[in-house]
Amino acid sequence: MAGKTLYDKLWDDHLVKQRDDGSALIYIDRQLLHEVTSPQAFEGLRLAGRKPWRIDANIATPDHNVPTTDRDKGIDGIVDPVSRTQVETLDKNCDEFGILEFKIKDQRQGIVHVIGPEQGATLPGMSIVCGDSHTSTHGAFGCLAHGIGTSEVEHVLATQCLVQQKMKNMLVKVNGKLGPGVTGKDVVLAIIGKIGTAGGTGHAIEFGGEAIRGLSMEARMTICNMSIEAGARVGMVAVDDTTIDYVRGRPFAPTGETWDAAVNYWRTLHSDDDAVFDKVVELEGSDIKPQVSWGTSPEMVVGVDGFVPDPAKEQDPIKREGIVRALKYMGLEPNTPITGIALDRVFIGSCTNSRIEDLREAAAVVKGRKVAAGLKQAMVVPGSGLVKAQAEQEGLDKIFIEAGLEWRDPGCSMCLAMNADKLGQGEHCASTSNRNFEGRQGFGGRTHLVSPAMAAAAAVTGHFVDVRELMN
Amino acid sequence: MRALKQHQGLVAPMDRSNVDTDMIIPKQFLKSIKRTGFGPNLFDELRYLDEGKPDQDCSERPINPDFVLNQDRYKNASVLLARTNFGCGSSREHAPWALEDYGFRVIIAPSFADIFYNNCFKNGLLPIVLDEKIVDQLFSEAEAQEGYQLAVDLEAKTVTTPAGEAFDFEVDDFRRHCLLNGLDDIGVTLEQADVIKSYEEQRRQTAPWLFGAGN
Ligand code: SF4
Repeated sequence: MAGKTLYDKLWDDHLVKQRDDGSALIYIDRQLLHEVTSPQAFEGLRLAGRKPWRIDANIATPDHNVPTTDRDKGIDGIVDPVSRTQVETLDKNCDEFGILEFKIKDQRQGIVHVIGPEQGATLPGMSIVCGDSHTSTHGAFGCLAHGIGTSEVEHVLATQCLVQQKMKNMLVKVNGKLGPGVTGKDVVLAIIGKIGTAGGTGHAIEFGGEAIRGLSMEARMTICNMSIEAGARVGMVAVDDTTIDYVRGRPFAPTGETWDAAVNYWRTLHSDDDAVFDKVVELEGSDIKPQVSWGTSPEMVVGVDGFVPDPAKEQDPIKREGIVRALKYMGLEPNTPITGIALDRVFIGSCTNSRIEDLREAAAVVKGRKVAAGLKQAMVVPGSGLVKAQAEQEGLDKIFIEAGLEWRDPGCSMCLAMNADKLGQGEHCASTSNRNFEGRQGFGGRTHLVSPAMAAAAAVTGHFVDVRELMN
Repeated sequence: MRALKQHQGLVAPMDRSNVDTDMIIPKQFLKSIKRTGFGPNLFDELRYLDEGKPDQDCSERPINPDFVLNQDRYKNASVLLARTNFGCGSSREHAPWALEDYGFRVIIAPSFADIFYNNCFKNGLLPIVLDEKIVDQLFSEAEAQEGYQLAVDLEAKTVTTPAGEAFDFEVDDFRRHCLLNGLDDIGVTLEQADVIKSYEEQRRQTAPWLFGAGN
């Protein structure tokens, strides 16, 4: 019999009951809650007269709607009354049911996918869900983690389980080593560029290979975060020393003998050598260049030395139509060099790239330089209050402010522009977020997805530039 | 949840692949704490020419005459014909809520994004995967014939054209069962409460670090 993949192991460990009709009941160890996708779930619970099954499995924080300035005002600082109601509703629901919440003024508040790992609330081997598709982030710890809809949030609150069908196994292997200036973000964009936004649909992706093994936890989280942009709800990396070192000593991590027992188990969380995958894709790490997206889908991406594509050269009529539509929306001409795209704003933040390492990489590029004169705005939004504090301790805030970037308070911010931070119509933005869909960062806004280092390089030059040229 | 056994309805063809959830319902409408009322803002940025705001009277807004749902012949459509990877992007259940609130009961496409597909079943909305060639055929028929309707039978797992041509589709038994009977699947799961409890007990012994953290 063939060995098991990491996904097979995680699935088996969480299987409560296999049903005859092919569906299965899967146990959920941790649910993360935020204000946008939970109110209707709590309401459903109340209407049915149900109680949460296991309160200590849940952790909540507001992140999507929170302002990134004037945070000392707390909830009163939220200008939009509808946004405010949503955050207040989360507070009320968590208070009523006794769920731990990092409220808006708590230093531990932040983007859910940043605070889970930061607190050690994300532990290897857990099954983790959240009403948010980027829950795949937590797979970086060898977790079975994926996004769910609001009905399922309610289902997990009420039963601690989910009804699931097992997915197929896919391995994305990045061989060799990455070049200097090439980050986790470039790796995942290159993967999406190669397999497409539906390339992983129906699959749980494991990211492996020498290049992935060599990455930090932050970079692995960036990669798993965007597996959903490749169509896969689940993205994972096997547990190794890097994982265990990251978890050790975090507030919710086990200690003493329990820690030792946990580590023994965690060390089994990798695919067996003879495991069989339904699909395998390989990339060479040394081929990957800093990436920039040019269109309105994350698969519309090229190396920074590349060009905006020419639809006339596309054979497939549906794809051609897609390129034409994207170029129209983005206001770009075919064959324009990527470095020739002028920018209006720069956004460094989001659950993809707002951790301490991301901020360090961006700061290293802007240090001693100034934001280009043509830019309307360049902002840095740390992923959590603790990331912010750490960055300030390291003096990164000063580097950003001296260079002319805005240093904000934590939240989702311009990743989806539900708060006050957004793009104007037609504006081009170099953004470290994960989606370049039409209107995502503001009505008519034009998003280009890049790494923090590339965003920083764009901030100081006003257009895209190969960050490697700025590194000495 | 509303049950769905059979449905016959007018088809609206939306000829665009990778329709994402931001397109189906833009984020400014996600601030609602209700499940209903999203219909007027379905496909907001494609449907109207101005920027939509929550709680606005949409009947006063300038509409985009080129958008399929704004054409008279597709008024009251309840079957949406779509292209590959429909519903990609976020997990927001507001997307199926908006489609359902607008009046759709069935969506037919060559492929759907996983989370969206799953969310549909929770809301009395049936997503049907048909082969790309068949979808192509349905697109040309729907565009050629005004008033083109399709008949969907979830019991028999078929889609039938006005000419009587029937296509089979696949759907897993559990989802089909819940939708056919309009079941609340939380209730179904809670019938297994003992099994869940004994699993949990065993995990408390073997993996105690999984318990007691969020308190
Ligand atoms: S940062 Fe963006 S992608 Fe991440 S959870 Fe927030 S809105 Fe979603």
